[in-house]
Amino acid sequence: MSTEHSDIPGTVIFDGVQARKGYALNKMCYSFNDAANRQAFVDNEDAYCERFGLNAQQREAVRNRNVLQLIAAGGNAYYLAKFAGIFGLDMQDIGAQQTGLSKDQFKARLLAQR
Amino acid sequence: MARIIGGITTSHVPSIGGAIAKGLQQDPYWQPFFDGFIPVRQWLAETRPDTVVVVYNDHGLNFFLDKMPTFAIGAAPSYRNADEGWGLPQLPAFAGHTELSWHLIEQLAAEDFDLTTCQEMLVDHAFTLPMALLWPDQRWPVKVVPVCINTVQAPLPTAARCLKLGQAIGRAVASWASDEKVLVLGTGGLSHQLDGERAGFINKAFDTEFMDSLAANPAWATQFDTHQLIERAGTQGVELLMWLTTRAALGDKVAELHRNYHIPISNTASGLMLFEPRP
Repeated sequence: MSTEHSDIPGTVIFDGVQARKGYALNKMCYSFNDAANRQAFVDNEDAYCERFGLNAQQREAVRNRNVLQLIAAGGNAYYLAKFAGIFGLDMQDIGAQQTGLSKDQFKARLLAQR
Repeated sequence: MARIIGGITTSHVPSIGGAIAKGLQQDPYWQPFFDGFIPVRQWLAETRPDTVVVVYNDHGLNFFLDKMPTFAIGAAPSYRNADEGWGLPQLPAFAGHTELSWHLIEQLAAEDFDLTTCQEMLVDHAFTLPMALLWPDQRWPVKVVPVCINTVQAPLPTAARCLKLGQAIGRAVASWASDEKVLVLGTGGLSHQLDGERAGFINKAFDTEFMDSLAANPAWATQFDTHQLIERAGTQGVELLMWLTTRAALGDKVAELHRNYHIPISNTASGLMLFEPRP
């Protein structure tokens, strides 16, 4: 699903195809630089997503807080990191979710690459 | 004429900002990373650069996908940080060096580089955290010129193009009528991938070969296209383009004075190198 546009396993290159597909989603995530916008999302998620014109796939991925789905819907890692920040997730949480590991298992995998 | 006195390349992981804010520099997790900067700070205290050209990539603070320049250069009297979405403490503003900015713009345009010039520009963690690692008291003793390279949206500039950009920056500084000492600081990398099922990818063997190549054979990395770099270094490991640009600005011959490499900082293989040009 998320490996299109690339023959590198488990990797999506954020290119013009993804940039077009994900524009609304990434624009919403970009808005989360502003604390007031983060709060507006928390206060009324539906209304906030509506404002940015997310499509059904993007809305579902946001609802599920699912990073692989967000990437498949055109999300870019740098903007998605701002979305993750709303929920206090760090990069090991994000990595664990995408790889199907527990956070401790994911951290152990990082350490094993020393 | 002005001269480049050295080049420093370092990782710029956002969580470094959290560690600084919490004072975790001597925490066992962080110490191998922060201690790597001690010799670099000693070198800075001895050499005392006047101005820093900072080569970095924006992560969606100053630029969004509505306008995505391949190469952007700051020409502002000052640069400030802002909230990047995580509410981390912001660092003090940086004094710009508009005279050097416009000299670089003129010289690089004359060498066929098409730049986006920015008289207002927010600088994100990729700019601010390396500065805070070099000068932990955050009383910046230097002026700055930001040079921002797109690594957000493919197509990215090739490694070969970044090498040429760095070479042109080196020539431009050398032709600047000034007696200033200029440091080039390149931030990003080394291998890491935040997104996809391959998240957590790190490639120590590639990083080592890349670092080994920089002193004597910086063109080594130009054998790879963007896809090959991402395959070897990860989707965000492609930020090694900043290292390449920085190294190229130093001229043909350099001495490697210091190196630190540590896995992991967050999901990243963190690297640090210090070079001095040699005649």
